[in-house]
Amino acid sequence: METQQQLDNFQARIDAGEKIEPKDWMPDRYRQQIIRMGSQHAHSEIVGMLPEGNWIGRAPSLKRKLVLLAKVQDEAGHGLYLYSAIETLGVSRADLIDQYLYGSAKYSSIFNYPTLSYADVCVIGWLVDGAAIVNQTKLAQSSYGPYSRANIRICREESFHKKQGYEMVAKLASGTPAQRKMVQDAVNRFWWPTLMMFGPSDSDSPNSAELIKWKVKLNTNDELRQHFIDRTVMEAEAVNITLPDPDLKFNQETGHWDYGDIPWDEFWDVVQGNGVMNRERMKARREAHENGAWVRKAAQAYARKKKLSREQAS
Amino acid sequence: MSTDTLTTQKAFLKYLLRLADDRLILGQRVSEWCGHGPVLEEDLALANIALDLIGHSSALYAYAAQIEDKGHDDDYFAYFRDDYEFTNLQLCELPKGDFGFTIARHFLFSSFSYYQYELLKNAKDEQFRGMINKHLKEIKYHLRHSRDWVLRLGDGTEESHERIQNAFDEVWMYVDELFYTDDVDEIMIASGNGADVNSFKDDWKKFVEDTLTEATLTIPDWDQYMISGSRNGMHTEHLGLILTQLQFLRRSHPEADWK
Ligand SMILES: [Fe+2]
Ligand SMILES: [Fe+2]
Repeated sequence: METQQQLDNFQARIDAGEKIEPKDWMPDRYRQQIIRMGSQHAHSEIVGMLPEGNWIGRAPSLKRKLVLLAKVQDEAGHGLYLYSAIETLGVSRADLIDQYLYGSAKYSSIFNYPTLSYADVCVIGWLVDGAAIVNQTKLAQSSYGPYSRANIRICREESFHKKQGYEMVAKLASGTPAQRKMVQDAVNRFWWPTLMMFGPSDSDSPNSAELIKWKVKLNTNDELRQHFIDRTVMEAEAVNITLPDPDLKFNQETGHWDYGDIPWDEFWDVVQGNGVMNRERMKARREAHENGAWVRKAAQAYARKKKLSREQAS
Repeated sequence: MSTDTLTTQKAFLKYLLRLADDRLILGQRVSEWCGHGPVLEEDLALANIALDLIGHSSALYAYAAQIEDKGHDDDYFAYFRDDYEFTNLQLCELPKGDFGFTIARHFLFSSFSYYQYELLKNAKDEQFRGMINKHLKEIKYHLRHSRDWVLRLGDGTEESHERIQNAFDEVWMYVDELFYTDDVDEIMIASGNGADVNSFKDDWKKFVEDTLTEATLTIPDWDQYMISGSRNGMHTEHLGLILTQLQFLRRSHPEADWK
């Protein structure tokens, strides 16, 4: 049973800015929240390999093929760091994976949108990785030590992804008419879904208050979204890209950019599993997992045999 | 083609393109695993291998362009040639199959490359030699990776044993081409920049046989029917579909800058 004294001590450590480490006492609810958030983050990295992986085979130059392949590989690495961080709380990667492939665990809805042109991949680098950086830079300061450190590592690579994406967006935006059309179309499709990556408005986000109290999260969804919009507006202007929101306007009083209504109906629809690619993404991940079962079993059987023969030899 | 029309320069160009085509096409195949691997660690490993192969092809193409001296670049060879102009081994273009097939093919290819590059690392041409030495380090990793998996799958479960055995049986008729030679090789060897593949054929065979035996696998028949012709532009129909995917965007907008 958790005593009030334990809870108070825990909160005092959090308030003092201390990191919570795996062996430290923590409320069960805190543990559950880290597992929920961290594994959702890990699953997102893995599903996130699919939309961009879709263009590796068709990348328009060898250099771009290498850049894209390396980026998608980084995302697999992010998944690995995060699963390892969450495993310190006594859950196994295999169980976490089961929960999203066959259970109710979620991943970021942004990956349920299709990549229709090569420009999508560039725009994902700019906007989606850009939004991920805003989120993850904050998560790098979160109170759970292993999760915080995993995010520090991830952020370094994400900044690189964003830089490469933005450079390519700039190149396309100043390229041939076809390239310009391609990149503007990609921005039009990805702008609103990217804003939704920060999650519902704080009033509709049931976990927010608790997560902030425990410094699992440091800012509200709306604060992070605003921060992202403020910096992206200028980046878009610099390369002559139009953001598809006629209501974007600088507000002298607040010092921030005001923006139009986010289509939350679409967001909830996609979260419920009704996006263009939801079913395909899950199908692809399940197939990879199931087709790989014999490989994982073989590796285990072989390791067992080797261990046994080593033991017999000694 | 007779030797009197094949200059040293042309032979060098062809030699580089053969090496590069193998790596581009196989790299493209291996990259198909990205996001679909049997376990996360293998998503990383296979992406890494694909990156190496395509990286090697790009360096070899760039040098081929320099030798050719017609103002082309690496992308020209990858994106603007047709099926019959590619000289990669058919071994490299076969579909990725299951994980067992990918491993069996890669084991054969990387072990061959290892022996070949061990000779090429002493090439006379400085730039070529530098490239080979750099790539050799990565080939050693590919070989270790695929050999470890041959052992695991061969000596793992009944199912994995059967799958990797089937993979070797299926791919075996494509191995003879690894040792194909013609006047291109002769000129390259004479100029100090080629590897005499027949000098290590027996060692390679023994290495392969030893590995398969350790993996409790049966060595397929070396004397069965073997396909040929890849180095002169003969291919399976798979290549055309690979190139369709690989080249479509670049060729749709040839005037655009994508670098
Ligand atoms: Fe990531
Ligand atoms: Fe990223």
